[in-house]
Amino acid sequence: MRHGDQDENSHYVDTAPGDDSLDGYEAAEEIRTYLIGLVLATLLTLASFLIARTALVWEPSIPVALAVLAIAQMGVHLVFFLHITTGPDNVNNVLALAFGVLIVLLVIVGSLWIMAHMNRNMLSIDQIMQMQS
Amino acid sequence: MSAFDPAVGRDGPNQVERAQGSLDIQHSTKHAAGVAASKRIIAGYGFWIFLLSDIVMFSAFFASYAVLVDATAGGPSGRGLFDLGNVGIETACLLLSSFTCGLAAIGARKRNGFWFYGAMAATFILGAAFLCIEIREFMSMIALGAGPTRSAFLSAFFTLVGCHGLHVAIGLLWLLTMMAQVFAKGYRADILRRLLCFSLFWHALDIIWVGLFTMVYLMGVTQ
Repeated sequence: MRHGDQDENSHYVDTAPGDDSLDGYEAAEEIRTYLIGLVLATLLTLASFLIARTALVWEPSIPVALAVLAIAQMGVHLVFFLHITTGPDNVNNVLALAFGVLIVLLVIVGSLWIMAHMNRNMLSIDQIMQMQS
Repeated sequence: MSAFDPAVGRDGPNQVERAQGSLDIQHSTKHAAGVAASKRIIAGYGFWIFLLSDIVMFSAFFASYAVLVDATAGGPSGRGLFDLGNVGIETACLLLSSFTCGLAAIGARKRNGFWFYGAMAATFILGAAFLCIEIREFMSMIALGAGPTRSAFLSAFFTLVGCHGLHVAIGLLWLLTMMAQVFAKGYRADILRRLLCFSLFWHALDIIWVGLFTMVYLMGVTQ
């Protein structure tokens, strides 16, 4: 690879998580990114608190709506505050994140699933007392 | 501490990398474009891995909280204990502090002292306000007889929320250290690397708080 190619393919070097991409650094642009993130995160937070406090949404669907809003807000934080993108300079960061998310899901969903199962199959305290007497 | 690293200079890490690239091109084992990663990228990436493992640890606390949320042992449940007004203020504090932390990172990159110290001080005040509100909430719960020993639900609650609060407290100490280091040593490359790690840490705390206020407080009140 010659030096010219190097410049054209400069996207293929990595970017540290938290740094924005490599093409030119503009403070004004980065402040705009943070402002967009702040506005989006504020809107999503307000929406969550509103949904939890009012009867606007059908009640059984509230936990699902809250979870969706929370995941959306985490995405906003990752993109606008931590500058995690889908660009080729971010592949390593995204792969590490994907692995982390996998483990988090396994731990949380797995625990809830197994414990709910065990709760259902376990005798109640009264029944255990009866067996002992 | 590590020596001054000229590869991470005034122009940010990546411009220098491109210039260095032609020297490193023979090393075919280097990744992607055959360019050695700068120290800033290695440090940032390593800290990113640490943060993800920290989040995995939190996921275990989240899981145990979710499993134990109904195990109130006849004691108070979240619906009677949580005050959403307080939680809203805490959320606003932490979100704004995440924003000012980002501004501080830009200020440091611009070598603008006024901007950097101002934004860091704002971050500290907001983080400290968050911590004060949380500690007051804990104290009032314990005064009500709803301490961590009351039920499995409250043990899980205090562990999860307390662990996040502990992270914020450590983050505040780190923040003061970073301000002192920039003051004493200037915007050196190694100091800027630590600053990158600090801002990653602070943003990650906010991400965990999003999960926390949703799962613990909002779902606890609506249940």
